[in-house]
Amino acid sequence: MEEKKTAWERLKLVHTKGRPTIRDYIPLIFNDFYEMHGDRFYGDDKAVIGGIAMLDGTPVTVIAQVKGRDIDENKACNFAMPLPEGYRKALRLAKQAEKFHRPVICFIDTPGAYAGVAAEERGQGEAIARNIAEFMTLRTPIISIVLGEGGSGGALALGVCDELAMLENAQYSVISPRGFASILWKDAEREEEACNIMKITAEDMVSLGVAESIIEEPLGGAHNDLDKISENIKEYLLCKIPEKCEKDIDVLLKERYTKFRKIGEFTE
Amino acid sequence: MFDDFFNVVKLRFNGGDEDEVPTFKCPRCQSPVPMSRYEELHRVCPNCNYHGRLPARERIAITADKESFREFDADMISCDPIDFPDYTEKQKELRQKTGLNDAVVTGIANIRGITTVIGVMDPNYMMGSMGSVVGEKIARAFEYATENGLPVVLFTASGGARMQEGIVSLMQMAKTSGAVKLHSDNGGLYITVLTDPTTGGVTASFASLGDIIIAEPKILIGFAGRRVIESTMKQRLPEDFQLAEFMQEKGFVDMIVERKRMRATLAHLLELHGYKGKEV
Ligand SMILES: [Zn+2]
Repeated sequence: MEEKKTAWERLKLVHTKGRPTIRDYIPLIFNDFYEMHGDRFYGDDKAVIGGIAMLDGTPVTVIAQVKGRDIDENKACNFAMPLPEGYRKALRLAKQAEKFHRPVICFIDTPGAYAGVAAEERGQGEAIARNIAEFMTLRTPIISIVLGEGGSGGALALGVCDELAMLENAQYSVISPRGFASILWKDAEREEEACNIMKITAEDMVSLGVAESIIEEPLGGAHNDLDKISENIKEYLLCKIPEKCEKDIDVLLKERYTKFRKIGEFTE
Repeated sequence: MFDDFFNVVKLRFNGGDEDEVPTFKCPRCQSPVPMSRYEELHRVCPNCNYHGRLPARERIAITADKESFREFDADMISCDPIDFPDYTEKQKELRQKTGLNDAVVTGIANIRGITTVIGVMDPNYMMGSMGSVVGEKIARAFEYATENGLPVVLFTASGGARMQEGIVSLMQMAKTSGAVKLHSDNGGLYITVLTDPTTGGVTASFASLGDIIIAEPKILIGFAGRRVIESTMKQRLPEDFQLAEFMQEKGFVDMIVERKRMRATLAHLLELHGYKGKEV
């Protein structure tokens, strides 16, 4: 790994035009991806894609938040900010995976769940809560990977898993640094300062017990070598998926619960 | 009529300086209510039925049978997981000011004789925000209820995740929701009572997971804040947006219950699920 970057420098990297998105990764990591559409209740949210794919010889369910690579793609996928139906599609596909004993791989890349009238009317809070609760007891292995931005509850809705990996420059946070500065200091311009104190880097996630692994990015960032970063992600999955699949499911579920259960710092 | 009332009160209560009676000014109808009267009504406006924010201890007092409440984890206090400037000092001050150790009080009590695990969030403590302590106490309350076959009643009131605890606060959503799920899978009844305001990460976790979801009238329920939505949509939102009645209309609230009927309603619901008094 290269010289350590600040959280702010990493945030800039994650926002670099040309940072690979899930659409770049899928063909390089998986074979035969069959995309599935819709939540069976309301619609098909383009900010979340999901489907069945082959990871070498293993059928897996892939669920991912979709960033656009240009303005048109971004408009189509609502800048990776899912609506409730996106989360409900994710849950539907996760349940499908459970039924057919396929491991689930979630790719997180969102600034947060969409904040709008439609989202509120259709129960954004309920949709996220439901996913968190259901993923906690889903009887199949779940691996989540933060590709770029892991923003708030909108990220956590795909983040309840047996193991969480962060790409080296990816971030995971309770709110965007800008939102943090504007709410706590009433000054959005202090975004950089907020970013550097919030503890949102991959290393922070490992030291706080939120993530287990860091996937190394090519020199200068993921956009510099798409083949290499895809290879690294695939290698990670090929190591972790069999490991989780071999475990007794009840043991796995107990460990999943404990992983989240022990996060928190208090005295009594 | 409103104006008359207003004037009378003003004359009566703002006349002198020495024997000035403490007054509550209703944020909804603007009418001043003598504080003693407001408190006697358990912080409901006699004029417009505004359901004000109730401190956790007062909520417990009007919900549980007398002397039946036994608190869990009363001494638990938060650390400072991301070394946020001044967080520790702020907490110390708030503990002194509010008499609370954090934003939730949990414990076990009888409600008309029925043994129930209860939790009450208090918006007077950092807007009821959820950090390590709220997460841990709620998770423990559900685990206790699961082990002992007890129902849970939670009164929610929260601005969301406690940002001063960074990602650790976000993870409390998973911790609490996981504990709720295990309680549910074990057949336990969980009644959520949404009170003002229930928003953000609490709405997106345990507040939305009740078997039965009750709300007090006209209280605020939402995921995203109104101002955030207004600024992204660049439009003003209708007055009733995100109020309890609106959320019921959209399908997210089972019933709206006034504070004066809450205890009786809870007792009936617990009873019709077969719960009874229990030696614990
Ligand atoms: Zn009023």
